[in-house]
Amino acid sequence: MSVLIYTESENGKFKKNAFEVASYAAEVAKQLGTTVTAISINCEENATLGTYGVSKVLQVNNDSLKDFNAKAYANTIIEAAKAEDAKVIITSSSTDAKYLAPLVSASLKAGYTPNVVATPESTSPFIVKRTTFSNKGFAFTEIKTDIKVIAVSNNSYGITENNTTASVEDFSVSLNDTDFSTKSVEVDKVVGKATIADAEIVVSGGRGLKGPENWGMIEELAEVLGAATACSKPVSDLGWRPHGEHVGQTGKPVASNLYIAIGISGAIQHLAGVSSSKTKVVINTDPEAPFFKAADYGIVGDAFEVVPQLIEKLKEFKAQNT
Amino acid sequence: MKILVCISNVPDTTSKINFTDGDTKFDTNGVQFVINPNDEFGLTRAMWFKEKQGATVHVVSVGGPTIEPTIRKALAIGADEAIRVNAEPTDGFFVAEQLAEVVKNGDYNLVIAGRESIDYNGGMVPGILASLLNMNFVNTCISLEIDGENATAQREIDGGKETISTSLPLIIGGQKGLVQESDLKIPNMRGIMMARQKKLTVLEPIEALNATADTKFEKPTAKGAVKMVDANNVDELINLLHNEAKVI
Repeated sequence: MSVLIYTESENGKFKKNAFEVASYAAEVAKQLGTTVTAISINCEENATLGTYGVSKVLQVNNDSLKDFNAKAYANTIIEAAKAEDAKVIITSSSTDAKYLAPLVSASLKAGYTPNVVATPESTSPFIVKRTTFSNKGFAFTEIKTDIKVIAVSNNSYGITENNTTASVEDFSVSLNDTDFSTKSVEVDKVVGKATIADAEIVVSGGRGLKGPENWGMIEELAEVLGAATACSKPVSDLGWRPHGEHVGQTGKPVASNLYIAIGISGAIQHLAGVSSSKTKVVINTDPEAPFFKAADYGIVGDAFEVVPQLIEKLKEFKAQNT
Repeated sequence: MKILVCISNVPDTTSKINFTDGDTKFDTNGVQFVINPNDEFGLTRAMWFKEKQGATVHVVSVGGPTIEPTIRKALAIGADEAIRVNAEPTDGFFVAEQLAEVVKNGDYNLVIAGRESIDYNGGMVPGILASLLNMNFVNTCISLEIDGENATAQREIDGGKETISTSLPLIIGGQKGLVQESDLKIPNMRGIMMARQKKLTVLEPIEALNATADTKFEKPTAKGAVKMVDANNVDELINLLHNEAKVI
């Protein structure tokens, strides 16, 4: 038996979360006294996984898997799990991973737990800590089945090197037409910009910015910091920004290292969604805004004065520190 | 088209979360329960299919008798009939197996669930259900059009969206975007009165796998006090972020 991980890649390169999943799995494998095997689809740099503690990579090169397809990818992972007799299967908490993980779980009759934030509390019984109540709490969840599927919360464990030599083996899967009964027709995606899911820094704007025409400075601040842009629920409901930028309880969760909230008062639903971010900065005109209570650093001031200054000073800082 | 909307009974989004019984249970004291927001977007989309395409819409929920007000609300919004599976929904696998039984017996060709419940955040019921029933599946679904047997859906992906072509029978994990926030319906008096007459069938659960159990809960640790920085001294903020928080 081994610990099997699904390492996500795009255009032949691993995503950052692949290395976090590998790092996490190396520690789980140590607890279980076993090794880590990765299943990797159409990726060209498989041996690099050894750096993060992976002993074996099952590499799949298959043109029909060029586009992400949850069912076909899930079936690939299931076949790998069977071939490896894997008892623990680990994915990231990306949108794609959370799409396919329940399919893997159902097929293998394996208990599944997403949003896991730490290595298992114990392995017998198998108990993991995960966020629950939309980040307003944590649960310690026991997975009672022989095979376990867990999705690690993004940016919760971090990337740790664990030098191992990874052997790379070709792995072929037999897929049929029914695996492709949902077809990707078009992908409309921001390229070359950090996304909320994987950004280390997120800059977010609220109703305090008064209108969509004022988002230029939010985007400029994000660009200086290499950050993703986000917004509060009212802003997306008003149509000032796309739904995909809405962070909070019914939007996307944020687990960045730094979250900068500008003109967001901090409704409980918003605070829940961003609570996994490590450092929070709040800029708001209202000193009574509830967000200040949840922040690490706060500035009471007008965003239209503070943000341009911050952009200028950060540019100077970046020029000196790179 | 025969649609089954799966709804979950969850604490209102403004609820403060506390735990009781030695931190082993969610404290429902003083908590208002509502239709899970991700499910409500789907229910509203189902109403659109009912009005424009003549679909029949049933709702189902797994839970004890205390969830019936939430089910009645879905009927007041316009669902035709409801089913309650009389069991505590303690595990996603267990819930999915109950729902699979309902789908099989009811001959539904479109099943609309939410991407996740906002309480336990398992996010697995639609996927496990799709796998058990071998139905097509689109998760994080933000738009859905049905034309005969063909379906065009959009799903949210990290950094954008993807358009998917598929067909019935189909199950979706829905979320905001399926309809706009402003399209959500507040039941009117007539709807509430009519809901009282609508059929609500109570089914006993089938034997199913309880794959997981929450053994204990914990609240996030309280944060230290916020450090305030003067609005005219952003250099100080940059200094703190660089040297103290070490995030830039």
